[in-house]
Amino acid sequence: MAQGHAVKRYTGLLDWLTTVDHKKIGILYLLAGGLFFLIGGFEAILIRIQLMDPDNTYFVGATFNALTTMHGTTMIFFAAMPIIFGFMNAIVPLQIGARDVAYPFVNALGFWLFFFGGLLMNLSWILNYFGATGVPDAGWTGYAPLSSAHSESIGGVDFYVLGLQVAGIGTLIGGINFLVTIINMRAPGMSYMRMPLFTWASFITSALILFAFPAITVGLVLLMFDRLFDANFFDVVDGGNPVIWEHIFWIFGHPEVYILILPGFGIISEIVSVFSRKVLFGYSTMVFATILIGFLGFMVWVHHMFTVGLGFTANALFAIATMLIAIPTGVKIFNWLFTMWGGQISFTTANLFATGFIPTFVMGGVTGVLLAVPSADFQFHDSYFVVAHFHYVIVGGLVLGFFAGLYYWWPKLFGTMLNETLGKIQFWTFFIGFHLTFFVQHFLGLLGMPRRVFTYEKGVGMELGNYISTLGAFLMGISTLILIYNIVVTTIKNKRVGADPWDGRTLEWAISSPAPEYNFAQTPLVRGLDALWHEKTADDGDGKMKPAEPLGEIHMPSPSWLPIAMSFGLFVSGFGFMYRHYEIAIIGIVITLVCMFLRSVYDDHGFHISVEEVCETEGIEVPKSKAEEAHS
Amino acid sequence: MFSQRKSSWLVILLVLVSVFVLTGCGDESISVMKPSGPVAEEQLWLMKLGITIMVFVVVVVFAIWGYVLYKFRKRKGEQDKTEAIDKQVQGNHLYEIIWTVIPFILLVILAVPTLTSLYKHEKTYSKEEALQIKVVGHQFWWEFQYKDMGITTAQDLYIPTGKKIQFDLTASDVIHSFWVPAIAGKTDNNPGLNNEMWFQADKEGIFRGKCAELCGASHALMDFKVIAISPEKFEKWAKDFKALKDNPKTADAKEGQAVFANKCLMCHAVGEAGGKIGPSLTTIGDRTEIAGILPNDKTKLGQEVNPKLFRDNMDNWLTNTNTVKPGNKMGIIPLTNKEKNALIEYLAGLKLEQ
Repeated sequence: MAQGHAVKRYTGLLDWLTTVDHKKIGILYLLAGGLFFLIGGFEAILIRIQLMDPDNTYFVGATFNALTTMHGTTMIFFAAMPIIFGFMNAIVPLQIGARDVAYPFVNALGFWLFFFGGLLMNLSWILNYFGATGVPDAGWTGYAPLSSAHSESIGGVDFYVLGLQVAGIGTLIGGINFLVTIINMRAPGMSYMRMPLFTWASFITSALILFAFPAITVGLVLLMFDRLFDANFFDVVDGGNPVIWEHIFWIFGHPEVYILILPGFGIISEIVSVFSRKVLFGYSTMVFATILIGFLGFMVWVHHMFTVGLGFTANALFAIATMLIAIPTGVKIFNWLFTMWGGQISFTTANLFATGFIPTFVMGGVTGVLLAVPSADFQFHDSYFVVAHFHYVIVGGLVLGFFAGLYYWWPKLFGTMLNETLGKIQFWTFFIGFHLTFFVQHFLGLLGMPRRVFTYEKGVGMELGNYISTLGAFLMGISTLILIYNIVVTTIKNKRVGADPWDGRTLEWAISSPAPEYNFAQTPLVRGLDALWHEKTADDGDGKMKPAEPLGEIHMPSPSWLPIAMSFGLFVSGFGFMYRHYEIAIIGIVITLVCMFLRSVYDDHGFHISVEEVCETEGIEVPKSKAEEAHS
Repeated sequence: MFSQRKSSWLVILLVLVSVFVLTGCGDESISVMKPSGPVAEEQLWLMKLGITIMVFVVVVVFAIWGYVLYKFRKRKGEQDKTEAIDKQVQGNHLYEIIWTVIPFILLVILAVPTLTSLYKHEKTYSKEEALQIKVVGHQFWWEFQYKDMGITTAQDLYIPTGKKIQFDLTASDVIHSFWVPAIAGKTDNNPGLNNEMWFQADKEGIFRGKCAELCGASHALMDFKVIAISPEKFEKWAKDFKALKDNPKTADAKEGQAVFANKCLMCHAVGEAGGKIGPSLTTIGDRTEIAGILPNDKTKLGQEVNPKLFRDNMDNWLTNTNTVKPGNKMGIIPLTNKEKNALIEYLAGLKLEQ
């Protein structure tokens, strides 16, 4: 069979701009997320420099508020979310034995929307020097009416409102894409209860995205109308109510915490199991715990609002619901510990991060239960205790999980291995730096230090804690530099590793590193939990996956310029709204609509990779029958 | 294996650090850990209960974690173990039930006092039972109205010890949050809405209050003081406050009064007269701090405002208001040096007779 049409294959930069390959999009997500992580981290270090001693005057007032706002928003929306999507893209299709995600085009679109949204918001720092703009400074939670006041001045929270709306669409369609992918694209034999835990976590996270992101989208649209068009959703004087924003934000905001942490749980589950050389303890309870956490995650948002004055009944109900989440989370912790129990634990860098995650996350979890007690929360709330708590959860949980995943899957992504010695140095600097930074912050909160303050009084016992905290932040900064150095060195050396350097258990380790464009030459047949390990240890296994289909041509989606153009249109319209030049906003939206129209009317059937090419890539001989077929 | 030992050292180090930090437990005027009233005491008690349970959880988990990492580490030169999945331990129902049920019991132990104490905190006290005070948060200062006494003041909140204070909380612009760590946890001041909370101070003293909800550029500087004095002193304070006459004594101060009437009165009140956009300055000469953040050396009860410091602070505030408290609504009021000095002289005299 000949090609349906000419194969469009770009190379170099053009390839990366037009790709719809989930592996490349995964790398793009990791790269862009990593870049925003550096920006957010730099902002964090500036914050800590300002707070190192009382009465510093480096960054005060609105500038300091801009730093905390941009740090929080960037880290949550433009670092953590894309890095999650990066891992989901790079790994989930491989783990379920699929050739790509269900909607490769939508996948690329999701990435570019996120990227332009993040760019839009972060450009506020630069545009601040060009004309009458400002940097968002109402906190990452953007509480109205501080954030919603209609003003003639351009910029400020507008960047937050518009950037997040553009990026939010990307996240939402990304989530939908992974739901469909995981439901529909699993290889034969890969039943739900054989899916690796990371895939399960990605599945639940996608479901949470589906339900949580519409809430923030609605909130942002209302906020935009208040700011741009003088609407009165949150302005009391004209009959609005600021508490509504808080509800909308946290109805999204709390599930967001689980959107972030569940993939971290998934990564840890994979790594702990591989490096203990044991199957995950209590697989089915792990799955149900994940589902339960996701479910309960929607019923606890008011614990962010205990001090708002919602009264006894609301506070009491949400307090109890919040406490309940501790139970499935605790189940997970014990299952990880008992996965390692009786195993043979090797301390690779990936596993150091994974085992370091466990106690760190436990500490974040127990302070979470303390915060669930409303009367006590009246003291903890909006103090440095809360700052300590959520950094323990998000950095101690998620970022340690990311680093673990990065070292673990690096070979699968790039075919090389990050330097282990540098990796271990990075782990220890990060781990120690992290605890130095945030452990003392619990006490700063109890000493009476509110969060989001640019200074504190001398002589009431807050100096030492703040000083230690800043030192720790520097150490985390150094650790990040070591990681960058490690990545550069590894890439330059380019020493190739085999398909399965860790003696892995799941499907992604059954194919070469990095995975070929089409992932699996033949769709694998999954015969048990930990599919590859099953083939390695079963009596009739030979360490290789059994194919579920004969060798044949592989149908691939075509690369496309439309996703980046479509996203660029919204980016342009964002600036149009911001500068109140609505003609530019309309031009931007028209660009997007034209791209959507083109996408709808232009049938692209993709292309096929021939059997010969597959065999050449795989280093196997072309089967006789196929060779004849091709010549006839 | 070296690494596990290192991490247990780390845990010990952290404990040491925490003990070090905890030794002080902070300053009586602001620390949550040194409560001076029944509300903060109960909140601290709940925290301690929670922390005790959680420390137990943490110790158990850390112990298992440390044991597992040490015991089951891969030794040097050890062969890789390979076992079929069906031979590996896949789970254990008894264990899994244990670590579901025990946390549940611990949570019940925590939940019961949580609910009873919450019920107490959410109670509202009537006029007969408590002193009623309305607190209005403004960017970036606090207004205190003693509803039944006809007194409105700002920044320094005088209260009698041993008596319940019932607050009505609201805000004029954005959300603020009313927090006096040593006396009670916070409750939000929402614009357009009314919140209730109560507290009581058992000891005399000056306690630091904070705004706990991000409210703009000078959120960090939106401080106030709670000055708890005995009921007798409080009664005298209230009487003196109401009896205060806006009657400057020196010629300078009289000139200052004229300047005030001309340039300040539209926003600031003295006694009954004047605007309500800025804080009332009725007893500004007595305040512990200018603008809530420039200390006048009145840190303890019975201490007087240091007059030189007051003048310097007021001068600083009038000259550099935008850098002292960025984003505040007053801005620089154009004054000649002579006017300024006269104004400061007048303001310094706005104090209660001792």
